[in-house]
Amino acid sequence: MSNLTEIRWHGRGGQGAKTAALLLADVAFQTGKYVQGFPEYGPERMGAPITAYNRISDTVIRAHSNIYDPEYVVVVDESLLEAVDVTAGLKKEGAILINTARSKEEIIPHLKGYEGKVYIIDAHKVSMATMGKYFPNTPLLAAIVKVTGLMDEETFLREMRASFSHKFASKPEVIDGNMAALEMALKEVR
Amino acid sequence: MAKRDRLSGNEAVAIALRQINPDVFPAFPITPSTEIPQYFASFVANGQVDTEFIPVESEHSSMSAAIGASAAGARSLTATSSCGLAYMWEELYIAASNRLPLALALVNRALSGPININCDHSDSMGARDSGWIQMYAENNQEAYDNMVQAYRISEHKDVRLPIMICQDGFITSHAVENIELLEDEEVKKFVGEYSPENYLLNPECPMAVGPYSITDYYMEAKRNQAEGMKHVSQVVLDVAKEYAGISGRAYGLFEEYRMEDAERAVVMIGSAAGTTKDAIDRLREKGEKVGLIKIRLYRPFPASEIAEALKNVKAVAIMDRAEGYTNHGGPLGADVMSALYRARGNALAVNYIYGLGGRDVRVEDMEGVFEALKQIIEEGGAGEAYRYLGLRE
Repeated sequence: MSNLTEIRWHGRGGQGAKTAALLLADVAFQTGKYVQGFPEYGPERMGAPITAYNRISDTVIRAHSNIYDPEYVVVVDESLLEAVDVTAGLKKEGAILINTARSKEEIIPHLKGYEGKVYIIDAHKVSMATMGKYFPNTPLLAAIVKVTGLMDEETFLREMRASFSHKFASKPEVIDGNMAALEMALKEVR
Repeated sequence: MAKRDRLSGNEAVAIALRQINPDVFPAFPITPSTEIPQYFASFVANGQVDTEFIPVESEHSSMSAAIGASAAGARSLTATSSCGLAYMWEELYIAASNRLPLALALVNRALSGPININCDHSDSMGARDSGWIQMYAENNQEAYDNMVQAYRISEHKDVRLPIMICQDGFITSHAVENIELLEDEEVKKFVGEYSPENYLLNPECPMAVGPYSITDYYMEAKRNQAEGMKHVSQVVLDVAKEYAGISGRAYGLFEEYRMEDAERAVVMIGSAAGTTKDAIDRLREKGEKVGLIKIRLYRPFPASEIAEALKNVKAVAIMDRAEGYTNHGGPLGADVMSALYRARGNALAVNYIYGLGGRDVRVEDMEGVFEALKQIIEEGGAGEAYRYLGLRE
């Protein structure tokens, strides 16, 4: 169990937090890991806070509970910092990744004294620059892979290209934009 | 050759159904089972199956159409959850009493009210006495494996009863996890062609299905149904043995986890069994003799086998993911305690109601249950045997 990595995603319905968790499970599976990716549904409506989870491990995963003491938290929508206790249970050896255009200095006072590492990325900027539309989950996926070090960047990009080629088989024109978003996000996260 | 993949429980069941390629699949959507007919409809549209897919206007109709198709001689099924199953109530009994071996992919969800979309077993537990075979899964792999084995059990000439293949809503239906799939050809060969002995569309032998039965015959008809049920356990074991040969995965009527020298045991159904295994491993590391019995076949109920598995246990906690409103526990609790009584079992028994409406069950919760069992042994009595786990006070 020591090799188990647990990640909690906080987003709002419609922003793709669940999809991002499933994509992360997908790419981790491709590198030979045991994975879980699952959503926790509250009221199903656009804009309501939702939570999604990942367990990634070198050994079989049997637990079927939600995750309360994650190593990592991803905040897809920074307005949730006020609405949800996003750092609850988050291990101080771990890290939190926040999608924001603000600076770390501006964000940290909103984290209730969280002592671990804080990473930020402006997923809006990355998404608009590479895809022309706001899909925060693609940049955040790359950012969390970088933050966790779950796999090296080269492997990640190779597996994601294969995954997008399959997923977007009927609209290949979006593959390059998504790949560009991943590459830019790997550089932008800090 | 097994194929490694990562799938949600719903996808896994849908893929099993594609590999089985049943004749008729009538469906009406309801969360969290909707994805099963949704994925299957894409297989139909892509020409990967030649199943007659019938979108109907309600679950009353989806089950009725599955029954009609099965009576006509087709291999049929449908999928549903919660209130959808409740709306099929009348037809469940029709399917079983007519000895029609259709399948139902059930994704367990709480019944209203209060209205809730998350997992508990109140839907299928309500149908436990309808004459259907019921099988449950801990994870996506078991949901897939049970689905592949379903028709071999239900269509067996000594059984001929409908079968409900259950999995936990959202917890396994919507969680993507690793899985091993069989090759399409292997599944096709294992399941085989359906050739019913008697069926409506047989001009050589006209027959009636579901006629009125006067008092003179009704009771004998019901007793005949019970006869079919009596053969289920052996058929389940035979089919599982054959399945182990192609899959490498062994199944029984229930799974015993670290029970060999267990003094304290939990009996439960479904996804929380995996969480319980983690709790058991933690406690075993500290030298505590704890184990788990995870029910796979719930109807018919393997009473004597479970009593035998519990015979050396000092205390047992039976976990129900459904209320029974008996004022003394849930349906699984009643079944296990009755099995212990008949076998003159000595284990002290408590019955927990847990996980209603998706209430989460953590490893720590299950460690707490084993701790409570320790107290019960020390005190030499179960005390209040009807308890709630994880209830906010």
